[in-house]
Amino acid sequence: MTETLASYSVIAVYSAMAIYVLAFLLFTVDLSRRTAAVPVAAAGAVVGAGRGYTTVLEADAPAEPARKTPRYLRAAMALTVIAWLLHVSAVLLRGFAAGRVPWANMFEFTLTATAIIVGVFLAVQFWQDLRFIGAFVTGFALVALGVATVNFYVDVVPLPPALQSYWLVIHVFVASLATAFFAIGAALSVVQLLQARREAGKAQGLRFLDRVPDADKLETLAYRVIVIGFVFWTFTLIAGAIWAERAWGRYWGWDTKEVWTFIIWTIFAGYIHARATRGWRGSRSAWLAIVGFSAVLFNFTIVNLFFKGLHAYSGL
Amino acid sequence: MDSSPRSDSADTTRPQGHYDAPEADKIVQPTLNFVGYLRFFWRQLTSMRTALFLLLLLAIAAIPGSLVPQVSSDPNGVVQFKQNNPGFTPVLEFFQVFTTYSSVWFSAIYLLLFVSLIGCVIPRTTHHFDALRARPPKTPARLQRLEGFTSRESTMDAAILIASATTLLKRQGYRVEQYTDSVSAERGYLRETGNLVFHTALIGVLVTVGIGGGLGYTGQRVVVEGQAFTNSLASYDSFNPGRFFTDSALAPFSLALDSFVPVYEQVNRKALGQPIDFTANVTTTMRGDEPQSATIKVNEPLAIGGTEVYLLGNGYAPVITVSDPDGAVVFSQPTACLPQDANLTSICVIKIPDGLSEQLGMRGFFYPSAVKTTLGTYASNYPDLVNPRLTLNLYTGDLGLDNGQGTNAYVLNADSLTQIAGLKSPVPAIELEIGDSAQLPGGLGTIELTSVPRFASFDVHHDPALGWIFLFAVLVFTGLITSLFIPRRRVWVKAVTATSGAVTLEYAGLARGDDPALAAAITELADKHAGVKVDS
Repeated sequence: MTETLASYSVIAVYSAMAIYVLAFLLFTVDLSRRTAAVPVAAAGAVVGAGRGYTTVLEADAPAEPARKTPRYLRAAMALTVIAWLLHVSAVLLRGFAAGRVPWANMFEFTLTATAIIVGVFLAVQFWQDLRFIGAFVTGFALVALGVATVNFYVDVVPLPPALQSYWLVIHVFVASLATAFFAIGAALSVVQLLQARREAGKAQGLRFLDRVPDADKLETLAYRVIVIGFVFWTFTLIAGAIWAERAWGRYWGWDTKEVWTFIIWTIFAGYIHARATRGWRGSRSAWLAIVGFSAVLFNFTIVNLFFKGLHAYSGL
Repeated sequence: MDSSPRSDSADTTRPQGHYDAPEADKIVQPTLNFVGYLRFFWRQLTSMRTALFLLLLLAIAAIPGSLVPQVSSDPNGVVQFKQNNPGFTPVLEFFQVFTTYSSVWFSAIYLLLFVSLIGCVIPRTTHHFDALRARPPKTPARLQRLEGFTSRESTMDAAILIASATTLLKRQGYRVEQYTDSVSAERGYLRETGNLVFHTALIGVLVTVGIGGGLGYTGQRVVVEGQAFTNSLASYDSFNPGRFFTDSALAPFSLALDSFVPVYEQVNRKALGQPIDFTANVTTTMRGDEPQSATIKVNEPLAIGGTEVYLLGNGYAPVITVSDPDGAVVFSQPTACLPQDANLTSICVIKIPDGLSEQLGMRGFFYPSAVKTTLGTYASNYPDLVNPRLTLNLYTGDLGLDNGQGTNAYVLNADSLTQIAGLKSPVPAIELEIGDSAQLPGGLGTIELTSVPRFASFDVHHDPALGWIFLFAVLVFTGLITSLFIPRRRVWVKAVTATSGAVTLEYAGLARGDDPALAAAITELADKHAGVKVDS
């Protein structure tokens, strides 16, 4: 039974990946067509009007947009939803196969965390139109799932005693939520940096930027997303300390994973302060957001695989 | 878009360099005297840029400690690293990299950061106390330039309109102050309160961690099934007291390990032998109390007398009985063997300095489930006792136990000893199953593997500040959420009466900090106010 469910889970992952590929391609096509020349204005999208970017994100936006969202974008979003549903079913099947939460080793964590990233990406569309980072999100999910299935895959095995705790459910899940918000924040910060270059007249080639929000707006969006991630990360850190006190007999021991969790927390604390510091707003704080997310990736991959420490649960 | 309101909201109590603080004067400073310099450095230290710089520096400074093994978390790793990198070691030692997180430079960074933090929090706290008692400021002359500006027409009397707006704002939790034909309102003081609580609680965490570490202790002790230990300095295998530790911190209890029960996976073929559960059944006795039974598991430590006892490891402790040629027992006790792999192949070291004609040292392997490998050696293929086997090399000579220096019980230095059984001697290594006995070479006597009990290694931890640390951590978290998500805003409603008698109501707000919903809130207020007017 366990092995059957686990193999269905893998099939679901591969199917999701196939559809993510299509969604990714369509998102890129959409980006390539996002130029000021095409007079398409969607409700909740942003219209580039020469140098003065007009945002029509508010609810009382003029009801002018007669033409709908471009076909490519609609198709890309629909495919992302389908791929995500398959992805989520892969997560659930893996969980049922194991009879526990599906985030106890690197494969499972990657599977679940990417599902959460895409899930958060889909959810934020109800709040703001961030479909222009769709290519980033689906591309990232695709690469992560590829690495997970090829390099991280392990069979379903029982939990070692150290992981048998409800803190596994809380601590790791909230950590992946934080990761998801940091990922989207980093994506927005990348676009913000490009946009800032373009606004400074340095990047004329990137014409798709005509139809994404201006750098200020992107910075505000990134900040709001990252702040949520930071709250989750703080919780992860505190919950981890409480769990470490139960399982290892000390709440903090500068284990390599603890060190990197601390480093990431400090970087994002720096990011939040940078946004309140004169001379650090704009591109500098955007760089901090990107460095912070890189540290998250480093913590998950390099630290897990090559550093010695107590968080040795990769299963590899 | 935020040029003019920004200067209105400029907050003189913000640290220097804060986005909301007034820009520093660009005038040339007069020559500074000593106090002047002190004040200058203090301002620099408590400035926003310095705080940010120290934060980022702290992040970078934490990195080397994750690349190089640390004495605190991985002492064996440190020894190994030093052996492998002899040339590099003195440099790293000079910079205290093996103890990064208590090193002078790392401490300097976080202490400076905290001084900067305190220097920032104190003036802000006093200012916040004042702000909590102050009334909302006067309505600005031109609301049009502020955020969320909207206006509504009305035919009613200005004074009545302002009165109803005041009631409405009060009901929404604003603190209000009426001025001529306008009302000024402010809310979200909790945002700054949360911010101050967050930063103060961080200091609280640092201080309580320091106090707890100073007063507490951790001790490690290996206990074999059937044995007990008392919570006293002498009975620990290793002990790390805090700086202010006194013996009185040791709660008077004893703990006996009745049995240790592991459960290993037997069904899932891909995880055969993987541990599923470890349970230590113990009997604890507090001095003057009745003995009590308890269990300790990996995620379920035992709390006793303000002390926590954790189950950290386990293994086998074969009981070896050695008799002299006359049959008199000279040694019979369990020896904890150090597990080397997941199937608990363990290294055993036994030292018998007295009782035989020569000092006898033994070193070998214990295999709980022994199988022969293709090389002819043994290996263990399952962690439980399926086919237990002990192999021992024997040595005679000076074991080095008599010179008064402490030696590691788990290590036998065979350099100056003579092997009398094993590969380097004519007599092969001794091999024993449970109940087997064998002759020692050279007529030294006999050796028997009597039984194989298990051992558990316990970590005993006392930290009197644990509750305080937890409290401050909770305050850090709640303070953070409050400071990030509660909007602090000012709102004004102004009634402008035209000569015709028609009244134009103007609504506008000012965000103090990140406030995404301000414009929507103003519109909502205006709409609601219009509704109220119809009612009254």
